[in-house]
Amino acid sequence: MKVLVAVKRVIDYNVKIRVKADNSDVDLTNVKMAMNPFCEIAVEEAVRLKEKGVASEVVVVTIGPKAAQEQLRTALALGADRALHIETDERVEALTVAKLLKRVVDDEQPGLTILGKQAIDSDNNQTGQMLAALTGLAQGTFASKVDVKDGTVDVTREIDGGLQTVSLKLPAIVTTDLRLNEPRYAKLPDIMKAKKKPLDVKTPAELGVELVAKLTQLKVETPAERQGGIKVASVDELIDKLKNDAKVIS
Amino acid sequence: MSILVLADHHDGQLAGATAHVVAAAQQIADADGGDIDLLVAGENVGAIAEQAAKLDGVSRVRVADNGVYAHQLAEPLADLLAALADDYSHILASASTTGKNVLPRLAALKDVSPLSDILSVESADTFKRPIYAGNAIATVQSAETLKVLSVRATAFDAVGESNSAPIDTVDTVVDNRLSSFVGEELAQSERPELGGARVVISGGRGMGSGDNFKLLDGIADKLGAAIGASRAAVDAGFVPNDMQVGQTGKIVAPELYIAVGISGAIQHLAGMKDSKVIVAINKDEEAPIFQVADYGLVGDLFQILPELEQKL
Ligand SMILES: Cc1cc2nc3c(=O)[nH]c(=O)nc-3n(C[C@H](O)[C@H](O)[C@H](O)COP(=O)(O)OP(=O)(O)OC[C@H]3O[C@@H](n4cnc5c(N)ncnc54)[C@H](O)[C@@H]3O)c2cc1C
Ligand SMILES: Nc1ncnc2c1ncn2[C@@H]1O[C@H](COP(=O)(O)O)[C@@H](O)[C@H]1O
Repeated sequence: MKVLVAVKRVIDYNVKIRVKADNSDVDLTNVKMAMNPFCEIAVEEAVRLKEKGVASEVVVVTIGPKAAQEQLRTALALGADRALHIETDERVEALTVAKLLKRVVDDEQPGLTILGKQAIDSDNNQTGQMLAALTGLAQGTFASKVDVKDGTVDVTREIDGGLQTVSLKLPAIVTTDLRLNEPRYAKLPDIMKAKKKPLDVKTPAELGVELVAKLTQLKVETPAERQGGIKVASVDELIDKLKNDAKVIS
Repeated sequence: MSILVLADHHDGQLAGATAHVVAAAQQIADADGGDIDLLVAGENVGAIAEQAAKLDGVSRVRVADNGVYAHQLAEPLADLLAALADDYSHILASASTTGKNVLPRLAALKDVSPLSDILSVESADTFKRPIYAGNAIATVQSAETLKVLSVRATAFDAVGESNSAPIDTVDTVVDNRLSSFVGEELAQSERPELGGARVVISGGRGMGSGDNFKLLDGIADKLGAAIGASRAAVDAGFVPNDMQVGQTGKIVAPELYIAVGISGAIQHLAGMKDSKVIVAINKDEEAPIFQVADYGLVGDLFQILPELEQKL
């Protein structure tokens, strides 16, 4: 079974972003970029499936600017076999990302496709579900456990009330939650080897997908900053403040 | 055109979030006109439909009661919504794990771009939503004829419950050959729901163990609080995943939020910084949580918590 993994290049999760002075967008100049943390978890899961002999090949794909090849190389260093870069400098809406990924699924026919549950820049949490709809496949979102069986996969999902397990017909789409696994770090020899692994580049046009935009970002603002308050010296003072100043307890 | 709200429910109860989503729908209706229909889909959901009919602003409750909708699996629910969608200009659900699972699938079936986690309705086609863990707020305009929106419940005040909307039946039954329910492990708790609680007390890695979370119980009892946690506390296995507050967990905005042994990473702040009053208890006076706390108490939680419980 082939496993396809979609990875996105995003701002490093440790960086605190700034909004541009003209409120057109956030300022990403000279900001450290990295693979979306949920995508790292997706790559790790695919590589573990290969190590267990469940997956025969791991293919990674990204849609984005030339620089996103860094994240593909990282995925190759972590154990993916080959990579596909769909190159564009445009802002691509989640629906269009899903349409591009559908073309890749049609070509590659993976048994399982793994995405992150959410990209930490857009915080959309949409692409996997949309890819599942477009391909007509089942979806196991927010996965904390993936158990591939014969013709089906059991996915344990992190839901608001706890955990839910569903059985999905294969091929299927899975999106990762934080507790699915702990991603490994790439070792230097693997980083060197990754440079020689195959990386194909295509354009959206070659895949027959037009980049349409239905959502216009009119403005980006910094949220109202919270003013740090005061330090209290004791439990008694805390209770007094909560009762008499903030009036949130009685 | 009308607006459709997908009701959120579990354990035979309408989820509190639904009344907040109806409030968002009401704001769209105020700007754009149109009735609000509330869809209750599931198995044996008659009692839930009765609760839903009380929500102010709802014109009609539509009930799809069939085994195929049990456990609200995404594949049949999205198919059902897609079958109903042509009568509506907007379809809304709460940004719960169910709403986030189903709505994007519906949107793709209808070939439209959805918007997730909206915080405000600027007009019938323009909405605000958080990006980058809430460190920026984007105003986004949608050119789609069908707008599919998940709603951050804490950003809208709940509508009242003095209505008695008519209830009718949706006969559409879809086929689901893709997925089936295997089982679930739901957290049992007598405490209020995290998303709707007036007071939330959360523990972090500083709690040291799952057992030590008991130190929060007595205080939660006295304050009628829900108990939450940081990701580090969940990852360490101290408490279950459904207690995680943050960018990728639950969003809370209570009157009072008490963070105990939590450093205040941006991903945690994303889930609680809209609380009215924030208290931080941490032994490190440099911890970033103090930058957002109204009242900070520097010290050892193992001394502070028992004293706090006793003096409340
Ligand atoms: C993609 C992604 C998503 C994430 N999503 C979330 C999310 O949704 N929610 C979330 O919370 N995190 C999230 N995180 C993790 C986040 O970055 C932090 O790692 C996490 O919030 C830290 O948890 P903590 O504050 O409990 O632990 P730490 O940062 O380790 O802080 C523990 C604190 O406890 C204090 N302490 C220790 N002992 C005591 C004592 N005896 N008395 C008093 N104080 C004490 C310490 O001084 C310290 O400040 C996410 C991270 C990533 C990469
Ligand atoms: N430009 C992209 N290229 C490749 N994968 C993407 C891209 N955008 C989103 N994804 C995938 O979809 C997941 C969820 O993203 P989102 O729906 O945007 O929050 C990510 O974790 C990726 O796996």
